[in-house]
Amino acid sequence: MKRIHIIGILVIAVAIAIIMSTASDASVYVPFSEAQARAKEGDDTKVHVVGRLKKDAKGHIVGMKYDPVLDPNYFSFVLVDTNRVEQQVVYYSPKPQDFDRSEQVVITGNMQGEAFVADKILLKCPSKYTEKEVKVETASL
Amino acid sequence: MVNTLVGDVGHFSVIIAFVAALVSSFSFSFAANANALTSEQDAWKKLARGAFFVHVVAVFSIIFSLFNIIYAHRYEYHYAWSHSSNHLPVHYMISCFWEGQEGSFLLWIFWHALLGLVLIKFAGKKWESPVMAVFSFVQLFLTSMILGVVIGDLKIGSSPFILMRDFMTDAPVFQMDPNYVPKDGTGLNPLLQNYWMVIHPPVLFLGFAATLVPFAFAIAGLWKKDFSAWTKPALPWGLFAAVVLGVGIMMGAYWAYETLNFGGYWNWDPVENAVYIPWLVLVGAIHTLLAYRKSKTALRATFILFITSFLLVLYATFLTRSGILGNASVHSFTDLGLSGQLFTYLAAFVVLAIGLLVYRWKSIPATDKEIATYSGEFWVFVGAAVLCLGAFQVLVTTSIPVYNSFMGFIGVKTNVALPADQIAHYTKFQMWMGIAIAMLSGTGQLLWWRKQNGTGKLSEVFTVPLIFTALFTALILMIGQLGLIEKIKTPVYIVLLITSLYAVFSNLAILLGVLRKNISIAGGAVAHIGVALMLLGILFSSGYSNIISKNMSGLVYAKEFGDEINRDNVLLWRNTGTDMGPYKVTYKGQYLEVKDLPDYVNKQQLFRIADEFRAIARGPLKDGDKVLYTAGDTVDIYPENTYYEVEFKNRETGKAFTLYPRAQVNPQMGLLASPDIKMFANKDLYTHVSTIPDPNEEKEWGEMKEYQVKIGDTIFVNDYVAVLHGIEPAKDTLLLNLNEGDIAVQADMQVLGEKRTYHAHPIYAIRNRKEVGQVPEEIEDLGLRLFLLNINPEKGLITIGINSTQKDYIILKAMEKPFINILWIGTLIMSLGFVMAIVRHYKDGKRGNKNGPAGKVIVKREKQLA
Repeated sequence: MKRIHIIGILVIAVAIAIIMSTASDASVYVPFSEAQARAKEGDDTKVHVVGRLKKDAKGHIVGMKYDPVLDPNYFSFVLVDTNRVEQQVVYYSPKPQDFDRSEQVVITGNMQGEAFVADKILLKCPSKYTEKEVKVETASL
Repeated sequence: MVNTLVGDVGHFSVIIAFVAALVSSFSFSFAANANALTSEQDAWKKLARGAFFVHVVAVFSIIFSLFNIIYAHRYEYHYAWSHSSNHLPVHYMISCFWEGQEGSFLLWIFWHALLGLVLIKFAGKKWESPVMAVFSFVQLFLTSMILGVVIGDLKIGSSPFILMRDFMTDAPVFQMDPNYVPKDGTGLNPLLQNYWMVIHPPVLFLGFAATLVPFAFAIAGLWKKDFSAWTKPALPWGLFAAVVLGVGIMMGAYWAYETLNFGGYWNWDPVENAVYIPWLVLVGAIHTLLAYRKSKTALRATFILFITSFLLVLYATFLTRSGILGNASVHSFTDLGLSGQLFTYLAAFVVLAIGLLVYRWKSIPATDKEIATYSGEFWVFVGAAVLCLGAFQVLVTTSIPVYNSFMGFIGVKTNVALPADQIAHYTKFQMWMGIAIAMLSGTGQLLWWRKQNGTGKLSEVFTVPLIFTALFTALILMIGQLGLIEKIKTPVYIVLLITSLYAVFSNLAILLGVLRKNISIAGGAVAHIGVALMLLGILFSSGYSNIISKNMSGLVYAKEFGDEINRDNVLLWRNTGTDMGPYKVTYKGQYLEVKDLPDYVNKQQLFRIADEFRAIARGPLKDGDKVLYTAGDTVDIYPENTYYEVEFKNRETGKAFTLYPRAQVNPQMGLLASPDIKMFANKDLYTHVSTIPDPNEEKEWGEMKEYQVKIGDTIFVNDYVAVLHGIEPAKDTLLLNLNEGDIAVQADMQVLGEKRTYHAHPIYAIRNRKEVGQVPEEIEDLGLRLFLLNINPEKGLITIGINSTQKDYIILKAMEKPFINILWIGTLIMSLGFVMAIVRHYKDGKRGNKNGPAGKVIVKREKQLA
């Protein structure tokens, strides 16, 4: 066997190791029910949850708690996942400024006791990069 | 009025560019296939060149039209409306140009056009036709991306010249009045309003464009069955592409560091990765090519790697522009409905290039000779393999969203997401790659040059660098122990430190060795020193990044959870000092940028009026000692960005400095915070605001308290003392528009704050003898608003009304990045090394076998090979 072949085999071995490790590091999108089930089994790996903010009949967001004067690093809100399960989420960072306007929220983290502790929040805001509407200024045509 | 002419010129030019690229690519390929001795080839070549020149002119015309649309604020065009606005400075109009997908395609096309011209001139008789055939073929695809032709349901390309009324066919305005032109555009994304955004995309796209050159040479080599000669001209081009792409990546990193509040220069964002992957492979390709030039090994690998690096550039384009990363990235483009087209191109190039390679595989000469373990080429080859594995790792993870959509496409529902902790995931591999690269670059270089010089035993070559490595490692660890710099304890970081130092010293040894003989051949050593320094910079700045804004207020809102939680942000009340790391930190006020003034201006110095882009100076505004504006002057301001003055005072030394982190509350994107950075010799202090009170929310004022006082009386309000000094006629500085007969007076008051005394002049005015108006004075620092409510001249009593509100605050995050300068210095040194190598190999290529100082080296080397 030539040295080049040995290198080849090594490269393939490392490549396989990379794929395996990626598969084990990769996270999953789950509903809250599964995040809770994982926590019960003692599995504290972090997961992604996609959801929307809980709103009342008038469209106001409910259950949001942020008082920077008391603690700038504590933000809590209620997220409703795709199965319509509500869950209190805690985020130990300041509240993202455009949070209230987001349409969809993706969080990563895990259940800790009664709350889902998020360490990352990704917001999908309406028309974040493209404009769909043109506002007309008052009749100055 | 709607100007359709410029758009028509632009659109027509796109079509011409497309057709010309088509003609050119066919003619060049006929010329490439024709017999060199016949006149037929000449005719084809002439036609092809002509078509390419037409293509270039058309491309210039497209760019001119689009820029005219932006520059002249032609908001009847969607591109101008959605990327520009009336108040945008000219240099940002240039960046509007490539904010949109179409414009950035255009930028790419533009560089290809220029590079094509260079190649027509310099590629030489043999290579011009096949290389340019590939070039024109790629241009054909790229121009089709901005073609904007719709046939039934099939959309080919997205035109930057589309009119608003055609883009928003449903908007009622255009149904009422098709000639309606919006008054202003929606503006440029504020994160892109940064000078790096003006420079960074052109550099990056030049890098993208340059990867096409070695790819085209490789394809030409396969096509013309000349498997070896193409490597000579391709080498300097490969180096050129690598340095430009590398600089582009690092510019992007620096831009992210300076503008985005990621907290760092690299975030493993898919968009960043998409450029990093082809760069690694390209650098690998250069190394195998060098190995081939020296010892006729690794030619097949060289073909594979150059072809792969260009295909990866196309894959990067697909990733960032198809919208497939929408859930995963903060800054990918949105889907323009072109993902199908992009995918088709990607697939076409993959199939064509790989097909050709497989077809010719057997004919590519390969050597049966075993490479010796102690030869440089062997380690260079291993180094290239490590680079490719590093690229592969990033590729596998970054593509996770692609697997999901692919599985969705074939009807299987998957829920795989990117790793929750991406940084840990990538670091795990990339750090070992860095270690391996450092080790190999040192060893490979030493062995390579040992053979070159034909000198020395193995031990002799390695002794000196190893001694220096040991010495400096010990020194750095010891200084760390003493607490003068970061203390390195983690074993893997120690390994990285040792290997990086080894790479520095072994390459330094080579550099000093060749310095006496011929500096021009030292490019490799210089570039490797740069890479090693970059690794050291990353080790310190990322491995030992230290958040100093830990919340120490003791106020814990929710105690349900343990203490391990990061409380990395601190609330700063205006004018109240807070301890943070070694500093006493004080937030001192809000500032705005005023046109023509170099310094920021305190908001309290400006009276805002209905036109938000203008304000009235309330006092003299100075540039140093020169007064540029006096009270009452109208000034132009940039209202979008507010700068927060934050003073850092070292508690021990008493030295102070001020930072101005920026924030913008954007109607589309919420809070956009940009950091401000204080650079020290051994570290950066990096700060940004995390939250500010929402400026769109009306302030909640407490109930007004009224005080009846005489001149000279004192009022106590919220622990502050206010004194009424007198009543005087009001100066008409605040656009009161006083007419004859109107009366306006103002109170002259002083309020003693914690730190300083404030002057307040609330105004009381009577118009037409009956309308009474008051203009209050707000002291933001103290959260007070003062009114002059009434004057009773008979009794000499004056009524003052005072509201108070919550004081202004910001929430700040601050961290230290030790030795980050070494990263930037390393980048510059690496680039210098690349440039030296380009010059050297370009000269080599030109000299051929002629004798010259460098020529002799080649001749000698070729003798060795023979």
